[in-house]
Amino acid sequence: MLQNKKTLAALFTAASMMSAHAFSGELVINTDTSDPAPKEAFETLIAGFEAENPDVEVTWNLFDHEGYKTSIRNFLTADAPDLANWYAGNRMLPYVNAGLFEPVDDVWAANGLNDSLSSAAASMTIDGKKWGVPYTYYNWGVYYRKDIFEQNNIAVPSDWAEFKAAGETLKAAGVTPITIGTKYLWTAAGVFDYLNLRTNGYDFHMALTKGEISWTDDRVKDTMANWKELLDADFFIENHAAYSWQEALAPMIQGKAAMYVMGNFAVAPLRDAGLTDDQLGFFQFPMIDANVPMAEEAPTDTMHIPANAKNKVDAKRFLAYLARADVQSEMNATLGQLPINSGSTVSDDKFLQAGYQMLSSTEGGIAQFFDRDAPAEMASAGMEGFQEFMVKPERLETILKRMEKVRSRVYK
Amino acid sequence: MRCGQSLSLKGLVVSIAVDDSITVDDSVTAEDFIAAEDSIKDKSMRDYWRINQQRLAPVLFLMPGLLMFVVYVIIPIFQSVDISFYSWDGLGEKEYVGISNYVELMDDEAFYTSLKNNIIWLVLYMLAIPAGLFVALFLNQNIRGIRIYKSLFFFPFVISQVVVGLVFSWFYDPSYGLFNKILAFFGADPIAVLADEDWVTYGIIIAGLWPQTAYCMILYLTGLNAVDSEQIEAARLDNAKGLKLLWYIILPQLRPATFIAMVVTIIGALRSFDLVSIMTNGGPWGSSRVLAFYMYEQAFSEYGFRMGYGAAIAVVLLAIMMIYIAAFLYKMYRDERGH
Repeated sequence: MLQNKKTLAALFTAASMMSAHAFSGELVINTDTSDPAPKEAFETLIAGFEAENPDVEVTWNLFDHEGYKTSIRNFLTADAPDLANWYAGNRMLPYVNAGLFEPVDDVWAANGLNDSLSSAAASMTIDGKKWGVPYTYYNWGVYYRKDIFEQNNIAVPSDWAEFKAAGETLKAAGVTPITIGTKYLWTAAGVFDYLNLRTNGYDFHMALTKGEISWTDDRVKDTMANWKELLDADFFIENHAAYSWQEALAPMIQGKAAMYVMGNFAVAPLRDAGLTDDQLGFFQFPMIDANVPMAEEAPTDTMHIPANAKNKVDAKRFLAYLARADVQSEMNATLGQLPINSGSTVSDDKFLQAGYQMLSSTEGGIAQFFDRDAPAEMASAGMEGFQEFMVKPERLETILKRMEKVRSRVYK
Repeated sequence: MRCGQSLSLKGLVVSIAVDDSITVDDSVTAEDFIAAEDSIKDKSMRDYWRINQQRLAPVLFLMPGLLMFVVYVIIPIFQSVDISFYSWDGLGEKEYVGISNYVELMDDEAFYTSLKNNIIWLVLYMLAIPAGLFVALFLNQNIRGIRIYKSLFFFPFVISQVVVGLVFSWFYDPSYGLFNKILAFFGADPIAVLADEDWVTYGIIIAGLWPQTAYCMILYLTGLNAVDSEQIEAARLDNAKGLKLLWYIILPQLRPATFIAMVVTIIGALRSFDLVSIMTNGGPWGSSRVLAFYMYEQAFSEYGFRMGYGAAIAVVLLAIMMIYIAAFLYKMYRDERGH
């Protein structure tokens, strides 16, 4: 008996050692998290994983944020890491179609992620399979100068009429209502998405970005008509096509503009520039049509296993770790964003709490973002059209026709 | 005549080799025989080298460069042409689509915008040549510290195009840029050069002219060193001065410099990519695109997954370059022969 026990123990040790040996190895992770907060979040994440899994040695390659978007193509085909971060929705479609990402349904099933990450399951699914693990998302909305609103006795607008009236009051006080920098186009897509979600709703947004609806459809024109109201009333700062989104923060910081339709990542630079929480506020993009349930945008960031990865076993362990509630809580507190895992806690930051409240009570649905829901070619042609429309609204017909031409080619 | 010489020498070598082998023939071991044969080979190799050195040396020296040129320039040209007949996202399977990429190009507004901008670039970029000549003539004098002035004028060519682009986008900035401060001083309304579809290309070209002028200047400065002072004296004696002197005496002697300046400026204009990318990213709404940038956008940028289409644009750009340069070379050749 004793002998048996000993043998068993020896066997067990041997087995565990073997498994440890078989599993242990080097894990290569490529990320684009080069900004200070995301970089710190990943440092902590990787240190935590290594502490729990001493048999794995992580090699972390940090890429420049913009350069990553082109280098990912090369490294996925030529020299694949074991893990890479990317974005949900259609942004991952080219890599999924090319067979460069590994489906990770087993990680989802083994760790109960279908429950804990259910809110993001749809945006991670292509062809019925899950292609990665989401770890963070952030809300969009209107960030505004609370102090300027108070000085001019403007209440937070909740519908379209109030929103326009607020803008008129601001203009009368010599403040441009909305700042925006459209040099890199996607900021204009944020405005379009919100106007479109409020005018036509979530299902329309999804159908439009899936290419099921013509760009010359009257409902698209309704959205553009609402946009034109703002343009005609000079709601946006001049020369926005010359600025990046960061440069467009300046008028808001200087008090020359009062609102910014943006993602929550704008809060950090606004705070760094000296705006206090008393000066800075957030509200949900106002309702336009009472019959359309309010839908929101909340882009999701994700991690994937490349199909050519060498150490998929440890990569899956890493994904399981990344999906855990406590890990996501800690990570997103650093990121200043929202965790996906339903068991996670949201940091008590005022803006994160506001965003979290808004998203969890959303009735209409949660979209990713124009350039993540639409395929790449449609996204770039569309965003270029939005920028042109913002400067030359009289060209609407031409712009929509051009976008329609791209649509008929892109979606076959 | 050189050919005959080498032939007769070769004959000599052979005869010597034959003699050698005969002398060693009597010896016993096979090893000796092999060694001897080796030495004969060595010798004949060495002799072959000595005889053909003149002919072989240039080939050997050219080899590394030619190899690089073939691998990185010639082969990729054919590959680009090949890819332009496919629909390919750069990741998955290629699908042969015939000339449909080119057909689509013919009906693509953005392509025509880029083409138009390329032509504007080609024409206006040429201003760098007279500007460079002017600066070179101005700096071609012997005063204290002239080297410092020359270096300062050459400076914009040394700094990276990316930095040039950044500096000029600050210069044009509609709210705090120097350009609009100057306009405001004269009471004019600010112009957001880089956000205005009518001005943007000109704004970028001006930024490009800054370093390109410096480049042409340095070419002309070296050219001016070689100008024959006796001819100038002779012309002076004949009472030539000012523009006439420049046109009839100086410029003809600067022809090699002009040739190089033209070629580098044409090529610079056609591949004007970095400034567009840095200053406007092709915008506003694609109105400052040039072909090189459009190719990049379609094939490699954040949203670009159309390798075939990008390759088709590249082929068109190559064709334009070839036509332009071939015509130019032909003209140069004719001028040379005329003299």
